[in-house]
Amino acid sequence: MIEVHDLKKSFQDTDVLKGISVAFERGKTNLIIGQSGSGKTVFLKCLLGLIEPSSGEIFYEGVNSRDMDFNRRKTLRAKIGTVFQGNALFDSMTVSENISFPLMMFTSQSEHEMKDKVDQVLERVRLEGVHHKYPSELSGGMQKRVAIARAIVNNPKFLFCDEPNSGLDPKTAIVIDNLIHELTLEYNTTTIINTHDMNSVMEIGEKIIFLKDGFKGWEGNAIEILKTENQMVVDFIYSSNLFQRIRRSLLNDEFRLINIYPPPNHIIL
Amino acid sequence: MRTLKNIGQYFLLLGKVFKKPEKGRIYAKMVLREINDLGSSSLGIVVFISIFMGAVVAIQMYNNIKDSVLLIPNDYIGHATKMILILEFSPTIISIILAGKVGSLIASSIGTMRTTEQIDALEVMGVNSVSFLILPKIIACILFNPLLILISLSLGLFGGWISGEITGNWSSAEYITGIQMQNTSFFYWYCILKTIVFAFVIVTIPAYFGYFVKGGSLEVGKASTQAVVWTCVLIIVLDLLITQMMLS
Repeated sequence: MIEVHDLKKSFQDTDVLKGISVAFERGKTNLIIGQSGSGKTVFLKCLLGLIEPSSGEIFYEGVNSRDMDFNRRKTLRAKIGTVFQGNALFDSMTVSENISFPLMMFTSQSEHEMKDKVDQVLERVRLEGVHHKYPSELSGGMQKRVAIARAIVNNPKFLFCDEPNSGLDPKTAIVIDNLIHELTLEYNTTTIINTHDMNSVMEIGEKIIFLKDGFKGWEGNAIEILKTENQMVVDFIYSSNLFQRIRRSLLNDEFRLINIYPPPNHIIL
Repeated sequence: MRTLKNIGQYFLLLGKVFKKPEKGRIYAKMVLREINDLGSSSLGIVVFISIFMGAVVAIQMYNNIKDSVLLIPNDYIGHATKMILILEFSPTIISIILAGKVGSLIASSIGTMRTTEQIDALEVMGVNSVSFLILPKIIACILFNPLLILISLSLGLFGGWISGEITGNWSSAEYITGIQMQNTSFFYWYCILKTIVFAFVIVTIPAYFGYFVKGGSLEVGKASTQAVVWTCVLIIVLDLLITQMMLS
């Protein structure tokens, strides 16, 4: 679980995060949505420790990040898996080397054990026969799977994904969403996904945080976002006329709403 | 003010480079990889330039000796060529050429890693990205560049001999006699010391520009150009300082 209390971040004279408090639960896919420039990436980078917040506190499994010394931070980072927007795979390494990299750096596993683990996670993300290929030889969807494989190879407790669907076609995007959701349940990770893909919101949004101009504008789940009267969320999600008509139509018929958007099994209506 | 900030940032970066590596075994592998990428791959250009420059230096020496009012024997062509190669050409000019080739590669590869979030990925994993990316390159260049310079020195002398054979202006015997003339071993140490200092500069300055790049491919290109320019400037300035300190 990750708890955030009154997180603020400013760059020179610009306040990017203006006091965000939220709790991300374990074993759930938590989505952060919002317009470009709303502070999503800065928020995620604060959680990842890549940016030092101006004020506020972040608790990982109840431990305040400010109270962690160098070694505890290092231990925490070994428990974090991250899927970056552009995948951030190491160009000079093969798929196998990319995936085994966290194992090489932070475990004392033998070559044989690492190879087995790489095979296991590649099978898990449904990729085969790519061990010796370089990232540049793979398609966007395959690279994303490799990035996910690298993120989960060390059995992370926290999984962070920054725009995991960017640059992917809708069908591949859904496959990636479902894969992340399955892995969240399987590894019981606290998963935080930064996205503005509405498919993801509806498919895997067990908890959704809407950011607007550095504030938390709304919080809920995939079903609640359909019914919300919060104008900021409505304006963001249903920005096109077509979506607005669909929403009105859905809201007029509760039965159809439930049938068209069957919630994931774990969401209790 | 900005220059001071950059200098401070550079030394802070160096401080992080020399922190204890996470896994020595992985760093050792990286050093071997960097020797291949930065060192061996530069061999071709070093061979080519050294032979031709050696030939040019020898011909110029011949012309100077020929035009001199003093009666200087042709033996001195070999000796002067050797001294020029040891003292200046091989350590300094080849280092400047390596600054262009290796420096731009380092700045652009680290810069691209920055813009494509690969450095962020290392940091998130808890890896000291500065040390991981820069230390193996420093070790590789400090180990391999002296070897390149010795190769350059040998091939420069070979180039001088070839030019004599082709032009017929001096004989092999004269040239070899000149090469065999005694000089203090201190000059060789001076050459090697300069090479090591320049190797450090060739890696760390471009690495600094690449590591702190912000933006996209255009900025990576600019950083790469700046890196090469500043590396060359620093090599020339350090050349003067080292020469003043050791030979003055």
